[in-house]
Order: sequence, then C-alpha cells, then structure tokens
Amino acid sequence: MSEQKTKLLVEHVTMQFGGVVAVNDLSMEVREGEIVAIIGPNGAGKTTAFNVITGVYAPTNGRVSFDGECVVENYPHGKMKKSYLGANGDMFHEIKEPTPDKLTALGMARTFQNIRLWKSMTVFDNILIAKHMKRSSNLFSAAFRFNSAEEARHRAEVMELLRVVGLEDEKDDLATSLPYGKQRRLEIARALATEPTLLLLDEPAAGMNPQETGDLTQFIAQIRKDFNVTILLIEHHMDLVMDISDRIYVLDFGRLIAHGTPDEIQRNEKVIDAYLGVVEDAED
Amino acid sequence: MIENKSQKRKNAWIAFLCVLAFLALVFCLDQWIKPTDKLGMLLIVLQKGSVYALAAVSMNLLNGYTGLFSLGHAGFMLLGAYTYAIFTIPDKSRDAVYQYFDAAIRFSIPEKLSQHMGGFGTALGVFIALVLAGLVAALMAWLIGLPVLRLKSDYLAIATLGFAEIIRAVFQWSKLGPITNGSNLLKNFARASKFKLEIAGTKLSLSTFVPVLIATVSITLIVLIVNSTYGRAFKAIRDDEVAAEAMGINLAKHKMIAFVTSSFFAGVAGATLAMVLSIAQANNFKSAMTYEILLMVVLGGIGSITGSVIGSLLFVAASEWWLRGLDSGKFLGIEAPNIFRNGFRLVVFSVIIMIVVLFFREGIMGEKELPDLFRKKKKDPAKEAQS
Repeated sequence: MSEQKTKLLVEHVTMQFGGVVAVNDLSMEVREGEIVAIIGPNGAGKTTAFNVITGVYAPTNGRVSFDGECVVENYPHGKMKKSYLGANGDMFHEIKEPTPDKLTALGMARTFQNIRLWKSMTVFDNILIAKHMKRSSNLFSAAFRFNSAEEARHRAEVMELLRVVGLEDEKDDLATSLPYGKQRRLEIARALATEPTLLLLDEPAAGMNPQETGDLTQFIAQIRKDFNVTILLIEHHMDLVMDISDRIYVLDFGRLIAHGTPDEIQRNEKVIDAYLGVVEDAED
Repeated sequence: MIENKSQKRKNAWIAFLCVLAFLALVFCLDQWIKPTDKLGMLLIVLQKGSVYALAAVSMNLLNGYTGLFSLGHAGFMLLGAYTYAIFTIPDKSRDAVYQYFDAAIRFSIPEKLSQHMGGFGTALGVFIALVLAGLVAALMAWLIGLPVLRLKSDYLAIATLGFAEIIRAVFQWSKLGPITNGSNLLKNFARASKFKLEIAGTKLSLSTFVPVLIATVSITLIVLIVNSTYGRAFKAIRDDEVAAEAMGINLAKHKMIAFVTSSFFAGVAGATLAMVLSIAQANNFKSAMTYEILLMVVLGGIGSITGSVIGSLLFVAASEWWLRGLDSGKFLGIEAPNIFRNGFRLVVFSVIIMIVVLFFREGIMGEKELPDLFRKKKKDPAKEAQS
C-alpha cells in the first residue's frame, strides 16, 4: 500500500467560523486506488473537511494537495490573525482559494449529504450537464450546432454511464421522481460523468435500509474497479465502512482522534468511547 | 435514443414551419392593411408586440433560465436605441436634429453604404447598426457585470435597477449633448415606416415585416442558445448553484455569458423599438418599461420562450388596442364618458393582470414550449399495465 502514490494530502487544515473551530489541525493522506472513510459523531466536522477539500470553503489555515500539487492553501491573516484559535498559525504563507469548479476540472468530484440533483431536469440531462465542463465549444459554435459531433459523443457517454449504474430505464424521468436509493446512485453517476480520479462521497448511504446499503457497498466497490477512481467517503453505516474501507480516519469535535485499518479502528479505545460504542448499542 | 432524436427533429420542424407561416402572414398583412384602416391597429400591435416579445425573451434568458433576477433591461434597451439612432441619422438632417448642440458623430452607416451599393447598402447599414446597438449594450453589460454579478437575487435586482436609472440620467445630461442630444429626442433616423421593397415598379411595404423579422431571427438565436450545452448549464445554475459549481461549471463565467447575451438582445430590442416608434428619447426608457417586460415574462410563464412571446403580444394588444375604448368613452358599445375616462384603462388592465396571475400561477405556458402543445400526452406505463 505505502508504495502507491499519494492522491490527496491534507496538511494541518483548520476551519474556524467566528469563534467555533469546526475542523482543528486535520492532517490526512489518501493514496491512489484506496477507499478511505472519515467517520465520527454528528458535528465532528466531517462535512466541513469535505467542503474545504473541494473548495467550497477556504480553510482558515492549512494546505490541500492533489496529485502532488498544492491546490488549496491559506493562513490566518487580516481579521482572523488576532482571533485565530487553532494550531500551526505560522506554518503557511500563501493564499490559494480556487472555486470548486477549478478543482472538479482537476479531477475531484463529489456528491452531497442532502442530495443536490437539478430538480426540473430529467435523469439524462442531469448527467449530460456534468459533461458541460468537457466541452470544447464556445457560445457561438454551440448555438449554431458546430459542436454536434462532440454533443453526440457526450450523449453516447452519458447513455453508457446510465447503463453501468443501472438507470437506463429511468433516463427520461424527472430526477426527483426517482426513489431515494436511485437518486443517490444518480448523484454518484453525475459525479462520475466529470471523469474524476478522486471521488468524494458525503454519506452515500444516509437514509437507506440495510438491503439498499448492501447494494450500495457493492456498487462503490464496483465503481472503484470500473472507473479506476480513488474514493474518500463520509459514512455512519459502520458495516459499509468496515466492509470496503482500506483505511479510516476518525474525527471528534473537529480533531483527528485515530486513523488506521478497519481492524485497528474497531479495537481503538478512544474511538469506541467517542463513537463506535454508541453505534453498536443502537444497532443491537 | 433514436426515438428521442426523431422526436427532437420533429419538434424543430413544427417550430420552424409555424415561424415561417407567421412571417408569411405578416408580410401579406403588411400589404393588405393600410395604417389608416380600422385594422391598422393590428399592424401597430404586431410591430410593438414583436419588439416587446424580443425584450421579454431576452429577459427570460436571464431571469427565467439562469435564475439571475436583473431589472436593468430598460437601460440596455436605451443604449441600443440610442446607438442605432445616432448611427443612422442622415447627414442632411443631422443639424436639424441636434438643434441645440454641435453633433459630434457625423456619419450614417446606411447612407454611407447606400452610396456604394444602393438599396442593398441601406438594408446592410441598418443591419450593421442593429448589431452595433446590441454590441454596445453587451459591452456595457460586461462592464457592469464584473462587480454586480457577485450579488445574489434581490441585491442584483436593486443594483441593475440602479444602473438603468443612472444610464437614463447620463443620457439626458446636457454635457453629452453633442452625442446624445441631451434630453431632446433623436429623430429622422432609419425607421420602420420608411422601409419599402421595390420589385418591378410595385412598392411593397415592409414597415411591419422588418421589425417582426428582426425579432424572429433574434428569438430563434436565443432558442438555439437555450437548447445548447450552455443553455443546460444556465438551467443547472438556476436549479442549484452549489451543485452546478461542484460539477465543474464556472459560475462567474456562465453568469457573465448569460448577462451579456441577454443584454445584447435587449440592445437589439431597444434599437428595433426606436425603429418602430421613429423616435429615441431617454425619458421613454424608465424602470416602468422593465416592469412591463417583467410582467410579460411572468404572464407568459417564467422559463418558456413561447410563453414570453404570447405574453407580450397579448399585453401589447390589450393595452394598445382592445382596451383603448376604456379611455375614450366607448367600450364594447357602451357609452359612459363619466366612467370611461383617461386612466380607467389602466385600472381595468391591472385587475385583469391580477386575475391572470392568481389563476394562472405559472403563467399561460408554464415551462412548456410550442412543440409541446402538438405532442400527445405521455402514456403512463402503470396505467397501461392495469388495463
């Protein structure tokens, strides 16, 4: 494992909102081809960490590197300089705050905790729009249909993708008319349409029953293989996490309290205290 | 997939044939009806209606498809109208128009071109002036968009509304008189009532056909944009900005494209309005004009181009023609000079609009387009299985 290239490197990321430190000095590494999970109780800062990695929030301090290149970096400056509560405030000296679309263009695609499909559009169009960033046409060539070859290719790719994820029959349905599990699937398919090398899934199994969760576990394993992607996911369903993750990071109150393989995490006293113990009670 | 494609082609044909039939009809009406006839009002409704339809569709591109609530339309139309007027005033009437100022811009594009190419040159010159009108509006939109497009919903509306008012004030400023003629009106430029086609000695009037043609071509262009990959990206931004950005759509860039494109066509609409009205005056482009256009968009259905066109034609027909009698003492054969006085039309008009908005929540068309009306209702597979 350790010989593999580093896909995503998060260094000392701190995210502070006013006086609240949502993520505190988080460092983590995802290697190429891995499935890595972030777990932790509600409010531990998992989604905030996701939002920092994907460029939705600029971190207060820290650096994110993707494929060995620094893509996000910030340090406490301006007003934040005085009110900064985190650690390592003098470690970084550059500001790099790209918008999420720039990171998507680099090969990072995500799904959302509360499904964010385009509601007024069909399943097919939802995926087709994700192909927009792969266009080579400008407004004029697109308006006068000089891009019809590219358009046809994109449409064929979308059909192929729909077949792989098993949504072929629903392609002309409104995205919101799909059952919940399929909406999740569609969101993953939409992210895959941007041809990412790193896929970030924010609670893909939220609200699913055990049967659906089982299907999803297989589905995630399958897309790692078929699309050759590295996967970083946030999840509360422990059977899913333990089943497919290569490594796990555990957050509590914004801090990293443990990381390791599923076996190590399940035996870790701190993790059982903070999180797992509660889950096991609830599930039995 | 194949079914989808043939369906699409069919839709395109239906729309194309409807448009062609409409243009042919307008051309014939232009010959049959004299402006002094009883039906002369129909021509005026068609002229003004098509201009407003273009304005409404271009606003719909921004407000309905991209979800950017902008109220600067009158300002961009003003820019278009003035640009068109200034560059088409013939040399010999230049001094008469700028009677209080020394005109700074002294060339008329149609006149220059007609010296070399005759009648065709005039038409080409008018076309170039129209495109120029759109470009000036688009350039201004780009400049304003840089700071303003960062704003969301209501704030954007307020900022663009403010811009439109500033533009109007600036154009009336006497220091700019040599260019804009101050608060006086511009006239004598190339106008619709003078457009004629001469074939074998018979003169054919084009005074209604030309504005309708300009609007039709422009609206077709907007339809092509809306149905392209860019149109889909605009809709994605409208539906969910966060998701759109996460899927690689550059928000700043696409919002700017929508804003500039919409303003380009608003500029063309403004120029065509000047062409139809034969005058251009900054005072005509008040914010009330933006609200009227917004009303047409809402009446027709936000997010439907067909709706915007129908909405504007109905709006113009009602306010210019059908309800005229309410102002002049006689309406539907009832004579009541005490009630049907100046201003009563607007009262009735407002009530009608309220009723329409109350009972057609989504506008006349909702999000449907022209070809949707010809399509059979989609069969419900569940129901079919039962029977």
